[in-house]
Amino acid sequence: MTDSALRELADDPSSRKRFFKMLGGAGAVSAFSVALAACGGDDDESSSSSAKPAPPAKSADTNKSDLEILNYALTLEFLEADFYAQVIDSGMVKDPKVGSIAKKFGSTEQEHVDALIATIKKLGGKPVAAPKSNFGPTFDKGLMATLEAAADVENLGAAAYLGQAGNIKNKEVLAAALAIHTVEARHAAALNELVGRGFGDGKGGLKGSLPDGPFAKPMDMAAVLAAVKPFLA
Amino acid sequence: MASSRLLVAPELAAIKVHGMTRESFLLRSTLAGAAAYGTLSATGLVTKALADSSSGDVEILNFALTLEFLESEFYTLAADQVKGLSDDETKLTKKLRDDEKAHVDALIATIKKLGGKPVAKPEFDFGGAFGDRATYLKTSNTLEDTGVSAYNGAAPMIKSGEVLGAAGSIVQIEARHAAIIRLVRNKPPAPAAFDKASDMGAVLKAVKPFIKA
Repeated sequence: MTDSALRELADDPSSRKRFFKMLGGAGAVSAFSVALAACGGDDDESSSSSAKPAPPAKSADTNKSDLEILNYALTLEFLEADFYAQVIDSGMVKDPKVGSIAKKFGSTEQEHVDALIATIKKLGGKPVAAPKSNFGPTFDKGLMATLEAAADVENLGAAAYLGQAGNIKNKEVLAAALAIHTVEARHAAALNELVGRGFGDGKGGLKGSLPDGPFAKPMDMAAVLAAVKPFLA
Repeated sequence: MASSRLLVAPELAAIKVHGMTRESFLLRSTLAGAAAYGTLSATGLVTKALADSSSGDVEILNFALTLEFLESEFYTLAADQVKGLSDDETKLTKKLRDDEKAHVDALIATIKKLGGKPVAKPEFDFGGAFGDRATYLKTSNTLEDTGVSAYNGAAPMIKSGEVLGAAGSIVQIEARHAAIIRLVRNKPPAPAAFDKASDMGAVLKAVKPFIKA
């Protein structure tokens, strides 16, 4: 499903020139236009990852690969937003502290969805449809298993954004992705705490949240998509 | 320059950096960066420096290194000085100290690898930040959030994919630190849907008052 959507995107011949405005509603990228000017434009093609350097098609290729990444991120954000919405709807969360975190995180993921859709459209791309999720088996295992799954998905999200940062060509898109990346990391850390992972004895609640040590590990697209597969219908 | 949002953190105002003048600090660690944001008029020299990608990356890395020095020193002293922390909070403080030290070491190694010269560690004075648990945690919260916004603001200017990856793997940890400290303080771990990106000039403005002129 995601693969075909990504392939569909690959055929989108849009120009990146259409957008140079602020992305999706975040103050996060506010310093950006100046930074962009200072960088002498964002057409820096130093990356070796886009293999076809045909000069006339360069701009479209760059745009295309960013759109692929954005739609990949959008797929993950759809999944996360849906997850929290279903958790809240299920009524399984009784603890008000956990409930407020689920609500806050859920509305944040929805904002990420909205921002990514807006960005993709500004780039002239076509946002992928929301994937059909399948969280039932996870929810059936109870609240703790559900929170653990939420932590897993957030950790995956953080690793996914980190894995793509170096592949993003457009500096403005990169700034937006980074602004989301660290929020996913915050979610992951908080949920890891809630489910008691990581360092600490758990005596005072500081149970975890730094699974990788001082340096976070990135994941590539294939690994992330494989990891979220159990949650897809 | 949008510095006011950082300057509203009074607990940071108690931190002083000894051993370098404000001017030398600015010059050594961030002249190119500040110029990149148009806060200084770019001289020919700076423009030339920025045109050289590894030189621009070194400036950014040295900017990050200065912040990591500050965080590393902060937790090193906190682990010794702050009274009234729970066992877990002490453990967390030591973990944060070790992480920031690892960041310092990694940044120095990266700068050297790029052929650059790492900035020297400044001397810091954290004022009353370690006087009690609450002040310490609040200052820590502010430092971590500032670190996240500093990396997020500078990272898009990084030219090397490798350096960007390193900065990304560090900023994710800063964000996790911020979230944990916020939980300890009973604050929302992720208050905004999009983390702020501060330009280097703004971050420097926050640090500048702590520099002993």
